[in-house]
Amino acid sequence: MSAADPDPLDATHRDGVVRVMPLAVVVLIFGISYGVLSRAAGFASIQTILFSATTFGGSAQFATASVADAGGTAAAAILAALMLNLRYLPIGISVAPALHGPWYERLLRAQLVVDEVWAVSRVGDGYHRRLLLGAGVTLYASWVVGTLLGVIGGGLIGDPAALGLDAAFPALFLALLAGQVSDQRSRIAAVGGGAIALALVPLVPPGIPVVAAGAMCLLGLRPVRGSDAA
Amino acid sequence: MSATWVMVLVVGAGTVAIKGAGPLLLGGRALPGRVNAMVVLLGPALLAALVVTNTFALGRSLTVDARAAGLLAAVIALCLRAPVLVVVFVAAATAAAVRALS
Repeated sequence: MSAADPDPLDATHRDGVVRVMPLAVVVLIFGISYGVLSRAAGFASIQTILFSATTFGGSAQFATASVADAGGTAAAAILAALMLNLRYLPIGISVAPALHGPWYERLLRAQLVVDEVWAVSRVGDGYHRRLLLGAGVTLYASWVVGTLLGVIGGGLIGDPAALGLDAAFPALFLALLAGQVSDQRSRIAAVGGGAIALALVPLVPPGIPVVAAGAMCLLGLRPVRGSDAA
Repeated sequence: MSATWVMVLVVGAGTVAIKGAGPLLLGGRALPGRVNAMVVLLGPALLAALVVTNTFALGRSLTVDARAAGLLAAVIALCLRAPVLVVVFVAAATAAAVRALS
């Protein structure tokens, strides 16, 4: 990104809000379903809302709820969730130049940068501060308000299984996965991760198969052949 | 402290630390290439594992039930380039319909 690049750098917070608005509707509904499912998995209302407010990461929260619901240990749920969120390490590093300021501001603003916010805030080779913040605050509000609505309405909705909400889990993860298998190596990681998990389900406690699937990341140690290093 | 509190607090604190680490500590510096490549591959590997366990696992046994029908519907919806929201709705509706009929 060049500092002299005129148009995108004029972007306002409002532009960030507008860019992410269609996703905000989706996130609100996912927030509602998360609130319902988390309560069904045995989490208290205050725990569910606090979890959304601090973690603000759909896949990790759904994973935690599903491992807990399946009778997995806290350690397995924590490991699976944190491994899912490890992708925010490189994402955080990639947006670091756009998040200058005092340390507490950088820490707080970094919490807003989830996948979708990151994706809509790219300008040239870098990330735009006001787009990140506008989009981030919008999605954060959607997620937390959605969770709150789900927690409140959860008792009214009834049995999540009868509504097929348990099938929403794998469908959501599949849709997120479809956006992440951009090259051959990521496809191999996905197929290998799925195979490892499937093979381990009968052998180890719930949650562990997902953590073990993370071993496929060792593929990253191999040099990339050909030119599709990006 | 209950197991659910431990999960909420540890995952919450851990995620805050992971998200904040780059902007807080590293500034503009990048991860070493191979470490970065490994972190990037965690996404697809873990998501695929979540897809199969959430579809086919029932505790420690493997089963094919209404969730599998939901996943099949999700695959079809994804192939038709449906938005994420539609994919999830189609899967849930399909699983609910299969349960209602069986």
